[in-house]
Amino acid sequence: MATEILMPALSPTMEEGTLAKWLVKEGDNVESGQILAEIETDKATMEIEAVDEGQVQKLLVTEGTEGISVNTPIALLVGEDGFLVPPIDKPKAIAPAERSSSRELPRTPPISDTAPIAPVPELPSSASFRQQTVREALRDAMAEEMRRDESVFLMGEEVAQYQGAYKVSQGLLEEFGDRRVVDTPITEHGFTGLGVGAAFGGLRPIVEFMTFNFGMQAIDQIINSAAKTLYMSGGQMGCPIVFRGPNGAASRVAAQHSQDFAAWYTQVPGLKVVQPFSSADAKGLLKSAIRDPNPVVFLENEILYGRSFDVPVVDDYLVPIGKARTWREGNDLTIVSFGTAMSRALEAAESLAKEGIQAEIVDLRSLRPMDTDAIVKSVMKTNRCVTVEEGWPICSIGNHISAVLMEQAFDWLDAPVTNCAGKDVPMPYAANLEKLALVTTEEVVAAAKSVCYR
Amino acid sequence: MPTRKAVSKPKATADELLHYYRQMLLIRRFEEKAGQLYGMGLIGGFCHLYIGQEAVVVGLEAAAQKGDKRITAYRDHGHMLACGMDAKGVMAELTGRADGYSRGKGGSMHMFSREKNFFGGHGIVGAQVPIGAGLAFSDKYKGNDCVTFTYFGDGAANQGQVYETFNMSSLWKLPVVFVIENNQYAMGTSVKRASSTTELHSRGAAFEIGGEVVDGMDVLAVRDAGKKAAEHARSGKGPYILEMKTYRYRGHSMSDPAKYRTREEVQNIRSKRDPIDHVRDLLINADIADEGTLKSIDQQIKVEVNDSADFARSSPEPEDSELRTDIYAH
Repeated sequence: MATEILMPALSPTMEEGTLAKWLVKEGDNVESGQILAEIETDKATMEIEAVDEGQVQKLLVTEGTEGISVNTPIALLVGEDGFLVPPIDKPKAIAPAERSSSRELPRTPPISDTAPIAPVPELPSSASFRQQTVREALRDAMAEEMRRDESVFLMGEEVAQYQGAYKVSQGLLEEFGDRRVVDTPITEHGFTGLGVGAAFGGLRPIVEFMTFNFGMQAIDQIINSAAKTLYMSGGQMGCPIVFRGPNGAASRVAAQHSQDFAAWYTQVPGLKVVQPFSSADAKGLLKSAIRDPNPVVFLENEILYGRSFDVPVVDDYLVPIGKARTWREGNDLTIVSFGTAMSRALEAAESLAKEGIQAEIVDLRSLRPMDTDAIVKSVMKTNRCVTVEEGWPICSIGNHISAVLMEQAFDWLDAPVTNCAGKDVPMPYAANLEKLALVTTEEVVAAAKSVCYR
Repeated sequence: MPTRKAVSKPKATADELLHYYRQMLLIRRFEEKAGQLYGMGLIGGFCHLYIGQEAVVVGLEAAAQKGDKRITAYRDHGHMLACGMDAKGVMAELTGRADGYSRGKGGSMHMFSREKNFFGGHGIVGAQVPIGAGLAFSDKYKGNDCVTFTYFGDGAANQGQVYETFNMSSLWKLPVVFVIENNQYAMGTSVKRASSTTELHSRGAAFEIGGEVVDGMDVLAVRDAGKKAAEHARSGKGPYILEMKTYRYRGHSMSDPAKYRTREEVQNIRSKRDPIDHVRDLLINADIADEGTLKSIDQQIKVEVNDSADFARSSPEPEDSELRTDIYAH
């Protein structure tokens, strides 16, 4: 039984090649692994080996033949006993998946935010509130979840004995011990990968970055290992992990320590991304993030840590990931913001109200999945929208919201959506320049007036 | 590397030797078939074959216990077959079909089996090393006595995160065995051209991690070293490094013209140090098997591999709807 030796594909992109040289002749016996010929491709000259042993019966193309298509027979081999060299059919061309040409264009690019969003829990009318800082709320969230689930642990630089570089983990070592509150060396790349492995191994790690600026050392593990492995494993390998820490500008720490990563992570399918503003949302979202079976990037802000907000006094206060919150209702325009930039949005709303402009303030809280329904609904009422964020203006969260509104609410818009963002510069150190680089309340007020034609 | 002579009295039972022979031969024939299917365009993208290195995974699997984990980089087909994953499922993943281990969404470099404690299959050089330590961390946290075999190559041995991982693993006494598969070439760059010190087994010295060189072409030497290293890790003494001196016969990937080494170098190792020939000699010299028995094993393996190829070619492509599944866990 003769078997055809076919022109092999020698690279992912090769379609044809040149048979540069035969290293065997007709009648030769060849062994598995023996070099048969040299093939020139567009990239290199490569050798091809015999897969099976046998005798070369015929060489079908001569040396120097150019433009031989992949899968063209180039030689015939006779097997030792006929059994050894099962013929392999030429591969059938794979028909491209049928596409319906009559299908309507989707109004928005499909986004893989398929994770279900739990309904917002109703607070009992009798619920009372107490003032708590964002810092305390985050600590309480971690402590409650660690009490609830033995597999939850916290790791990071200075989280244990030092009580947290920003004192977020204060008291946790004392309550949970050094098995569950783990001081790491200054090794972001390594301990992030280690955390991912621990999540694959069945634990629920909370990985604290002293700031997300240092998390950049570990971004390969966050994206390539944590976010993609569930997909690449056909659903076998979930990665329940929280990456948290301060993000965005602090104060006077210059370019390497002042940067907002919200838009970066929000682009990645497989990640969830949240950036709370208030203490209540910090607590409720962190508890949800720890329970989530997916990797969650949890973006905090150093300036907000010390700020106090009302937190409901209830057992197990959870805020669902993927739901926006309306802070203030208004009919004249919608201001969409999140994280620390919410301060600018709220200040602007106060200022605008004095001039008779009532702004509706939507706090996204979660960036992926993003509650675009809430934005669209609000804009259908107000017909105008300004976005406010701290990060850079190119490919920003605001840019995405503009696109969503153009696609989903174009007919309702009475003015172009306007994005207020940080300036397109590395953060400067000088106090006056830093102030110029950040998004300001005045800019938000001006943008709001502009979209209201006032 | 010295030429090895088969010893007449192997330190293994007949069943063990036959098992190692079968496993190594399965890997080799599987990889040859994968190369063939690649040449036909049935396997796409990158495809890194394990031919020549078979004794490393087969020897270490012989040292592993139930519950132990394994993780490696992208030259991973051998690891999967050695830990008992089904050749059909692996081949079907290589062809990008619905019956592949990752339902066609991972490919050659990204396959996993929770059932067999195989944690991938990772495409970024060195990234699997801290993940392996994290798996070991989870076992220590849970208080069991499992060990994680964390494989990486001589190329990855120069990645920074490997040393971050060495430090934490030693500091926290994690039950991990680091297996450096030193096949002499990181893609096209020899160890000498890439590493200031070529004694990779001693790279843990700064972290007080012991290590040794093992003849990675001798399955019994690998198994014995593996048992010792695993016992070290299992008993709470922390990590250990095994530097497996091995050799890949094929290119780095399918599209490697292999101009960085001579054909004679490859042929020399193939003819003098082949790990499968070694076990074959042991089996015959110890009168455990004759040519006829070995021939029939060869035929069985061929059938298994051909079946896997047939399966991988007849399995359907994933449904279009698979595009958007498995992005988030629910």
